[in-house]
Amino acid sequence: MLSVRQVTKEFGGIRAVDACSFEVERASITGLIGPNGAGKTTLFNIMSGFLRPDRGEVWFDGQRIDHLPPHRIARLGLVRTFQIPRELKAMTVLENLMLVARDQRGERIWNSWFFPSKVREEEEAARAKAEEVLEFLDLSRHAHELAGNLSVGQKKLLELARGLMADPKMFLLDEPGAGVNPSLMRRITGYIEELRRRGTTFLLIEHDMDLVMNICDKVIVMNQGTHLAEGDPEVVRQNPVVVEAYMGGTP
Amino acid sequence: MTEVLQVILYGLVLGSIIVLGAIGLTLTYGILNFANFAHGDMMTLGAYFALFYRFGLGWPLSLSLVAAMISGAVAAVLIDKVVYRPLRSRGSITLLIASVGVALIIRNLIRFVWGPDNHYYRRGIQFPIRWMGLRIKPDHLWILGVALVLVILVHVFLRYTKIGKAMRAMADNMELAMVTGIATERIVVWTWAIGAALCVAAGFLLGLDTQLFPDMGWNLLLPIFAAVILGGIGSPYGAMAGGLIIGMTQELSTLFISAAYKPVVAFVIMIVILLVRPGGIFRTGGAVKL
Amino acid sequence: MTVEGVLSYLVFFATMAGIYAVLSLGLNIQWGYNGLFNIGIAGFFAVGAYTSAILTTPPSPTHLGGFGLPMMVGFLAAGAASGLIALLIGIPTLRLREDYLAIATIGIAETIRYIFQNEAWLAGGIRGLAGIPFPWRRALGPSANFVYLALVIAILAALYFALERGLRSPWGRVLKAIREDEYVAAASGKDVFRFRLESLVLGGIVMGFAGSLYAHFVGFISPQAFHPMLTTFIVWVMLTVGGSGNNKGAIVGAYLVWAIWSMTEFVTDFLPSAMATRAASLRVVLIGVLLIAVLMYRPTGLFGEERHVSRLIARSPTGGSHARSG
Repeated sequence: MLSVRQVTKEFGGIRAVDACSFEVERASITGLIGPNGAGKTTLFNIMSGFLRPDRGEVWFDGQRIDHLPPHRIARLGLVRTFQIPRELKAMTVLENLMLVARDQRGERIWNSWFFPSKVREEEEAARAKAEEVLEFLDLSRHAHELAGNLSVGQKKLLELARGLMADPKMFLLDEPGAGVNPSLMRRITGYIEELRRRGTTFLLIEHDMDLVMNICDKVIVMNQGTHLAEGDPEVVRQNPVVVEAYMGGTP
Repeated sequence: MTEVLQVILYGLVLGSIIVLGAIGLTLTYGILNFANFAHGDMMTLGAYFALFYRFGLGWPLSLSLVAAMISGAVAAVLIDKVVYRPLRSRGSITLLIASVGVALIIRNLIRFVWGPDNHYYRRGIQFPIRWMGLRIKPDHLWILGVALVLVILVHVFLRYTKIGKAMRAMADNMELAMVTGIATERIVVWTWAIGAALCVAAGFLLGLDTQLFPDMGWNLLLPIFAAVILGGIGSPYGAMAGGLIIGMTQELSTLFISAAYKPVVAFVIMIVILLVRPGGIFRTGGAVKL
Repeated sequence: MTVEGVLSYLVFFATMAGIYAVLSLGLNIQWGYNGLFNIGIAGFFAVGAYTSAILTTPPSPTHLGGFGLPMMVGFLAAGAASGLIALLIGIPTLRLREDYLAIATIGIAETIRYIFQNEAWLAGGIRGLAGIPFPWRRALGPSANFVYLALVIAILAALYFALERGLRSPWGRVLKAIREDEYVAAASGKDVFRFRLESLVLGGIVMGFAGSLYAHFVGFISPQAFHPMLTTFIVWVMLTVGGSGNNKGAIVGAYLVWAIWSMTEFVTDFLPSAMATRAASLRVVLIGVLLIAVLMYRPTGLFGEERHVSRLIARSPTGGSHARSG
């Protein structure tokens, strides 16, 4: 589904990502772990088009994407969330979602002048879809609230909701469990597993080992910008190299 | 050939005035993270301060300059306290809008107090010195001398004082400035004071070179911005180089096109730099967004 | 003052304020909805005015054109020319940091002014262009200004409804999202650059229209009329006071600020003439203080932004459109 090949990215002489390679399989949940500064978020930024790699290639669903701008990658179905929720504060939750709807004729201004009924039709469809997503994530009550007024946990869910609006084939989740209480964590875990059952692929950065061990089919460990180890979560947990590099000896 | 040398001399004079303006602008831009559109009018205000000390109080010209620099620094710190500080948490664009307001307030207060007419620091004509076919006005030597002394002082301040080093680090690294949030108040005060003092000196020298009028600083703001962007925002040494390049190019352009377009030349250079090297000529990468 | 005098002043006032309201609507597309920092409004205004003037004045030996075309052609061409300038300035700068656009727009406005000032062959240089026609002026006689006011109001209303429809749509929603957070917009599959460019160009077109309306109203234009800071600045104050992101606010703000501006003129008229010229600069100071005060104490302006972009949501029973608070 996603293939990272020898990707390298430098910032002012420091290699944030260093010849990193790995594969993510279709309809899997793969965890990307590693100590702070291992290059995980940089790699996410490269995969989602916010950064260009200095060297190497990224392939998604049979297409090379490392030279594409972020909006093109999102439209291919590779959708990311942000580690710290970036809600559109001055817009309502519903409109945060409706924004994402694809192929809207109303995104050309002249269509709303000359073909208002078409635009309206699509708007209604987008709204219905957004309400469905909110329903799924149990956010319907907040549909008309300004996103800026949501709680931290709700903002986390909003990130997920906005991603779902884009019809993702694959999700890049940047720390979905960070700053989230245990009950919300269980909900999020449930959503991820449910979506995977429907065929969505997940790659997630996570520090919460319980979450990783619970839901990931495979874990990739990064250290100092490169791929250190990968495999079954249990196996990785016992790998002495990983323990040494990451878990500081306390698995 | 002599004509070209003569133009180069003018370029050096204009360039050193722009340099003094650009150092202050680049520091406030880098440290406080906003484009201060009142910088040009601060120059004008400083020039009129000096005019007041010279003729209102009858002080010698050099003392008037020093007094004006101090007054300008105080004025800038006060403006920061009253206008910018309360708005600082609201982001760089709000500050930018506010600075446009400050610019018009300063300029029109000057017009109110001193009137719209031209003023001069010296009356009468200065006879140029002839040297190797060049005509050199004594004032030009003064301008170059004062600018050189101030640039050296800035260099010493930035290199060898604790606060200067801190300012350089903050200005050079926008991310650092953003991560640490708001610059400490002490650095902010020093930034305004130093920036304003230098910009007052620039206004004074501009007035010495030509004349004083309420739009004088505003007219030089674009070339100063061009110098800052050329040298890379937040880099005082870049601003020095950028200022000289812009001043020189503006004067050299008069050999080919009408002198009325001097500010346009600076603007065109700036756009070209933005297109090919948005981080400034001395820096790779830079400020490109999506 | 006679009744007719008052009336004719009011007509003049309402027309000028209406023209500024068009400028303010243009800025609202760029800044209010999309966060584009255009401080070259005077430049777009000037390009519109000159384009319209050159195309509609009778042939002249001293400057370009005088094509004697109908006013309608001048009006449309004014929008097109100004939109083209917006396109040219947008392409190099809209991918860069937002403050670069500010510097670039003020640069282009100054450049435009220098060109009109120095190139006498183009548009009369400092002496400007006179005799810009309003076709029915002679036939209508004293009521011509009434008719012109009606024309300005009609165009203002048409623009208002067209923009409301265009902005309260997915297009407007993307603009607003980009203003809030361009990274989210990009991650949501929106081409940030394209939308920014569209917003800048559409705003530019509207400002060009305003320039044309101005030129045909006053009949004479010169570079002094487009002093970059004053024209630009007063429009910014209008939009900020009225409420950025709200088209109604843009129009009400324009009328309100123009009223304040005009009233200060009355006050300075009472001063002895020696002081009057200097006191005129205090009027600008007052407007500057007003801007900073609004920024500090009422950043949302008189009308806040509407909660929903979509007209569909605003109309729905569950929705309801409340002004944004805080």
